[in-house]
Amino acid sequence: MPLDRDVELDELYREIILDHYRNPRNRGSLDQPNAIGEGDNPLCGDEVRVDLDIRDGRVSDVRFEAKGCSISQASASMMTEAVKGLSLEEVDSLFETFKGMMYGSDEVDVEALGDLEALQGVRKFPVRVKCATLAWNTLQEALEEFGKGRG
Amino acid sequence: MKPSKAKTVFDVQAIRRDFPILGRQVHGKPLVYLDNAATTQKPRAVIDALVHYYEHQNANIHRAIHTLGEEATAAYEETRAKVSQFINASRPESIVFTRSATEALNLIAYAWGRANVKKGDEIVLTQMEHHSNMVPWQRLAQEVGATIKYIGVSDEGTLDLDGLDDIITEKTKLVSVTQVSNAFGTINVLDKIIAAAHRRGALAVVDGAQSVPHMPVDVQAIDCDFLAFSAHKMLGPTGVGVLYARYELLEEMEPFQSGGEMISRVRLEGASWNDVPWKFEAGTPNIADVIAFGAALDYLSALGMDNVRAHEQELTAYALRRLRQLEDIIIYGPQDTSRRGGVASFNYPDIHAHDVGTILDREGVAIRAGHHCAQPLMRRFDMAGTARASFYIYNTLEEVDALIEGVEKARAFFSHASG
Repeated sequence: MPLDRDVELDELYREIILDHYRNPRNRGSLDQPNAIGEGDNPLCGDEVRVDLDIRDGRVSDVRFEAKGCSISQASASMMTEAVKGLSLEEVDSLFETFKGMMYGSDEVDVEALGDLEALQGVRKFPVRVKCATLAWNTLQEALEEFGKGRG
Repeated sequence: MKPSKAKTVFDVQAIRRDFPILGRQVHGKPLVYLDNAATTQKPRAVIDALVHYYEHQNANIHRAIHTLGEEATAAYEETRAKVSQFINASRPESIVFTRSATEALNLIAYAWGRANVKKGDEIVLTQMEHHSNMVPWQRLAQEVGATIKYIGVSDEGTLDLDGLDDIITEKTKLVSVTQVSNAFGTINVLDKIIAAAHRRGALAVVDGAQSVPHMPVDVQAIDCDFLAFSAHKMLGPTGVGVLYARYELLEEMEPFQSGGEMISRVRLEGASWNDVPWKFEAGTPNIADVIAFGAALDYLSALGMDNVRAHEQELTAYALRRLRQLEDIIIYGPQDTSRRGGVASFNYPDIHAHDVGTILDREGVAIRAGHHCAQPLMRRFDMAGTARASFYIYNTLEEVDALIEGVEKARAFFSHASG
């Protein structure tokens, strides 16, 4: 079926996003996670769960389970790839950069985001921004809980 | 495949000209508004009524001794009479204005529920209720130690009434059920449920938010004790809900909120209440919007609710027929349009409703995608949500075509992009 190209729509659903949606990375659960986050988006019923194995202040392994739209699933998948191996400080700073991009800050070093940059197009669709940030907010809550346990 | 000549029961094109918003474009395409179960658009007459009130009659009601106050009071009370007539209540004093259908249901839960539902009592709901007809009862039950029982939903999306006598028992104090499902459009057959409730001495509440705007509803024929609905889903302004209650119940009930308007006498030692229904309308009510709601009721009455229903049924039958022709699509709720309101709820197994909604929006087609504030029902069908198109008096068969084209486009987009 021939399609009239809709540039903004193509930006929203970039190939890499659809690829993560179709072929999610790190999907599933960990046998013995030491941090777990569960989040949902009450607006649309999207649900996500993030399992983390944190060792020596680094994300040594991560898995996710998600029910939701292509954006929320792809974002969760891309996030797990991006944070695996990072120190918790690096995860925080990456999340800040990511949020900066999603909420339209000018001072964001988009280069530092790698593949995550593909989610930039979601900005043009304000109702979908929450879909893209759901997994990240869930990850952050898991890390906060983990920090409290340690504190 | 499309009927060459629509057997339209009224002049849809003339109706469309009464709705200024239908002339606008969205993303460069004509607006196709199919989210009427969420809220409907407003005809010029309703918008004019708001402006007329503020330009000519603005005053507080019930107490003023000047002309503006008298006129505003008369216009406000005139809407009460129109509502009463619209649902065939036995008297206008049975009508209480609230700010939403949700507030009307909360009013029952607080003013009637807290006084009458005790520890060990039971409240009966259905699995397909909107959160607004579920959460107020859950809170009440939790507070007083009552139990909630649910009438289940069949795979077809209808109420499963087998075993009704085990669900509604002597312990049941109240049964609350929606007349039309906002998520699937299922029209529930209420008579069995309401008769069972009354047989056990329980009261029957009907959530009419999706029925009163779309079909003739007669509270005396239904024999319910309470009915809740909202103005903005039937051409009226936002911010107005209606509670119908049997007059004797309103007389027995204590007020919901208290303050101005609802008192007859206040002393330092205490106060006594105004007459029904005003004792339930504390504070300055939403005067302008109630008055404009009167214009909405006039508009619908002039069309005739039988005709409204017939028009929606025609659109729904056509939409279901076209949707069924799409490969892989899943349609929820009864296929027989005599048992379903103007709602088409559907999913592709591999495309989330939100993604369908976004692609449709780019085509100017507004639908709802999500759980429709009915999460327990979504869970029953093991899904996060559906795409829902819902119709009203100004929708056309051509707009159904636009919906179908958009849905096909969404399918093509995702298969193309993934390929």
